[in-house]
Amino acid sequence: MPRDTLIRQINHIRDEILILGSMVEQATLSAVQALKNRDIHLAHEIFEADQTINEKRFAIENAIITLMATQQPMARDLREMTAMLEVNTELERMGDYAKGIAKVVTRLGESEANIPIQEIEKMADISVSMLHRALGAFVSENHIQALAIPKEDDQVDELFNQAYRKIIEAMIANPNLIDHTNLMLWVIHNLERLADRVTNICERTVFSATGELFEIDSMDEDDANV
Amino acid sequence: MDNNHNIVLETQNLNIYYGDFLAIKDVNFKVFRNQITAIIGPSGCGKSTLLRSFNRMNELVPTARSEGKILFNGEDINDPSIDPVEVRRRIGMVFQKPNPFPKSIYDNIAWGLKINGFRGSKSELDDLVEQALRGAALWDEVKDKLDQSGLSLSGGQQQRLCIARAIAIKPEVILMDEPASALDPIATLKIEDLMRELKENYTIVIVTHNMQEAARVSDYTAMMMLTGEGERSGTVIEFDRTDIIFTRPKDKRTEDYITGRFG
Repeated sequence: MPRDTLIRQINHIRDEILILGSMVEQATLSAVQALKNRDIHLAHEIFEADQTINEKRFAIENAIITLMATQQPMARDLREMTAMLEVNTELERMGDYAKGIAKVVTRLGESEANIPIQEIEKMADISVSMLHRALGAFVSENHIQALAIPKEDDQVDELFNQAYRKIIEAMIANPNLIDHTNLMLWVIHNLERLADRVTNICERTVFSATGELFEIDSMDEDDANV
Repeated sequence: MDNNHNIVLETQNLNIYYGDFLAIKDVNFKVFRNQITAIIGPSGCGKSTLLRSFNRMNELVPTARSEGKILFNGEDINDPSIDPVEVRRRIGMVFQKPNPFPKSIYDNIAWGLKINGFRGSKSELDDLVEQALRGAALWDEVKDKLDQSGLSLSGGQQQRLCIARAIAIKPEVILMDEPASALDPIATLKIEDLMRELKENYTIVIVTHNMQEAARVSDYTAMMMLTGEGERSGTVIEFDRTDIIFTRPKDKRTEDYITGRFG
């Protein structure tokens, strides 16, 4: 009984983080759809969605600060609050990656540049799935799950390398489209970084659940061949 | 500030004197219905004086007098036509130190009901006692020993017994003066949770030295500080939603006090 208010407020923030997470997942998948279909209208919707993501991020941050100021969380609760601040920031940045891809769509226009869409779609699917499960592990404080997810980043890195080679080949084959083909590097970079940031969420989950603060290194960023 | 709540108590330019000494100076603030309002501030700034003025307990101090108005549901409680006993029935009080009567747990509740005119049957009285004890989250702990002395309970239980005694006569407002300061952290959190349950049906005003407690439990917070000539008179320097007071107070003195920079 004595923790009722604290638990209610923590659960509320957990819910809000899940909602923010699903907004980011949606934005990422939509951005890749917009790229695939050269859908500038959808790209503009993603810009607007990013605005909402940013607002929600601040609202969550406010709720966390208020909870820390008014409920004085300690030990595990305190770790979870600080972890939530981190996860909240990670999600907002991920939202920016989706927005970055949408920006590429608007700059690409009708260009005939070659898009390695198969790899890009797979990268997005895997990253979004990782993100989804990482947030599930975070709110359920499941550090075992959290420790397993970052390994999947290797697949994203592998797809990055495949797409990277295709993009370079396209640049060599078609130098007059190099400005537009170059934009594809941004796209795969953003998706690769998104998956990396999932690892950060998993690290915070382990910290929140166990108090251990360390880097999970199934891969490192150098594996992605840039 | 969110002003949509219905106002139960309101002070207008309230001054309170003890003899020539101006203890409370020009206090204007509001207590909203079904909300918990905390009054915080350093020792001797007049928090308890202000609290006690709300049910005319101050006038029991021989030299005390007041100026300005205290409105309870819009009516001036100091108006000569108002019966102070009726004011205290509708605005109950719980004190810092649990003060159960040296009577059985049952009689601690029943007695207040009887002197407030209860004329029903024994079984009706039993029901009201049970209701009050349930309302104070104490029933399960005492239902098998209602004939034992109220003084046999632990400090936290005694304080909940006092709360049960206060709510038995169905007041509108409950004033609490440091209700948890004599309790351990778990008993304190139980009282705080109880307060949150009680606010469904009552309006609560709590005075506390413990800022963390005010932060945890209240919806609104009034910050009091000594001001005026020689900094001897207490006044409310800031009143706002509790989350605002504890995350972005507007008055630098509030900020200094809640961050421990004061004094």
